[in-house]
Amino acid sequence: MSHHEITLRVNGTSRTAVVPARMTLVDFLRDELRLTGTHVGCEHGICGACTVQFDGKPIRSCLMFAVQAQGHDITTVEGLSGAEGALSALQEAFCENHALQCGYCTPGMLVAAQALLDACPDPSDDAIRDALSANICRCTGYVQIIEAVRLAATRLRARSGTDKEVGGG
Amino acid sequence: MKAADFDYFNATSVTEVCRMLSQHGAGARIIAGGQSLVPMMAMRLTKPAALIDINNVAELRGIEHSDRYLEIRAATRQCDIEVSSTVRTHCPILLKALHFVGHSQTRNRGTLGGSMVHADPSAELPLVSVLLDAEVMVTDGSTTDTIPATEFFLAPMVTALMPEQCVVAVRFPLWHGRAGSGFHEVSPRVGDFAIASAAAQIELDDAGRCIRAAIAVGGTSATPLRIAPIEAALISKPLSDDAISAAATLAAETIDPDNDLHASAEYRRRVACILVERALTDAHREAAGGTGTAR
Repeated sequence: MSHHEITLRVNGTSRTAVVPARMTLVDFLRDELRLTGTHVGCEHGICGACTVQFDGKPIRSCLMFAVQAQGHDITTVEGLSGAEGALSALQEAFCENHALQCGYCTPGMLVAAQALLDACPDPSDDAIRDALSANICRCTGYVQIIEAVRLAATRLRARSGTDKEVGGG
Repeated sequence: MKAADFDYFNATSVTEVCRMLSQHGAGARIIAGGQSLVPMMAMRLTKPAALIDINNVAELRGIEHSDRYLEIRAATRQCDIEVSSTVRTHCPILLKALHFVGHSQTRNRGTLGGSMVHADPSAELPLVSVLLDAEVMVTDGSTTDTIPATEFFLAPMVTALMPEQCVVAVRFPLWHGRAGSGFHEVSPRVGDFAIASAAAQIELDDAGRCIRAAIAVGGTSATPLRIAPIEAALISKPLSDDAISAAATLAAETIDPDNDLHASAEYRRRVACILVERALTDAHREAAGGTGTAR
């Protein structure tokens, strides 16, 4: 087994550690950095609970080894909230719309949905479904999750002043 | 559900990859996107002693085209192929197929070469490579060989690639005439492995007769399969709906589907014919539209 020193940015902070080659990125985030917001579900790329942003794109952190993240930029669910843990517009919309029940899939849903909103401020329902189709939820039936993403998109557009019709947010 | 121990090597050139492959022998595996390899390692279906990472090999990334072919380097990510205007212009069936490849999260890591060497019989990109008579460029560091896609896939998860060889690129021949393409698939859920899939690309002459046809079916045999009897049946004919329907039924005689958890052999045979019909109908409509977008 080989060990490797890695340096990567996680939620804007540079982190350095020595990791065994076989350690997955999600295990590194949770067990070494203690960022336990990212959940481990199936560990073989099916459920999407471990979704993080890798250089801005959503990926499954159980399907890459920590050593492969050398030099890259990772955003976890902890990186979505503001100062003092203030909820983001998307997180608030999830709370208001009852877009979670047990909460196990929620970090993955949030990270995947945030990546969508970053790339596409006004997504269609099809685009939202497509962006979240890789994330399994066994509680909600998805409807409220899609509504929450739509609500967050509306509020974020209003905040950035691109949508004059909608207030609040 | 954790991978067994292995030694990790971060390669920066193809020469280095090949040197490591020859050093470590059959116990070494190349990792690119890892979207199929890592689950297999987690489930201990494979336990490579060494992983050679090609994510930082710049010469294995990129999309180029000549008059004759579109060349996609092996470690080019599926998400980069999806947004490539070169691919959209010259080989749009790849985009139609990519729509069915996993999910955006796996396409953000997964590569063309990874899909080819994994050789899942239901995989979409291998199906397109067989459909278009693509060439797989491989090297052992000293000699570069070209393997026709139709000879590359030997059995489920088995390819003609030798242990010391690395896939460098795949070349998809371009069709310059009045061509169109179609890709259809049935799977339990979007992004799941296909129960059956069908790809078609055809070219029409000015009178609307079919002068070139390629049809291939995936998920219903040990490897992606060209359906030569359909291709022969369509040549020199105008493609009416009836002609397409009749030809599509010939798929049932060529494929050799299995029963499994997801579908019976009988269902696969039936659905494959219907998917061929749909793919051909799309291809015909696109070609008849006259823009020749399947070049």
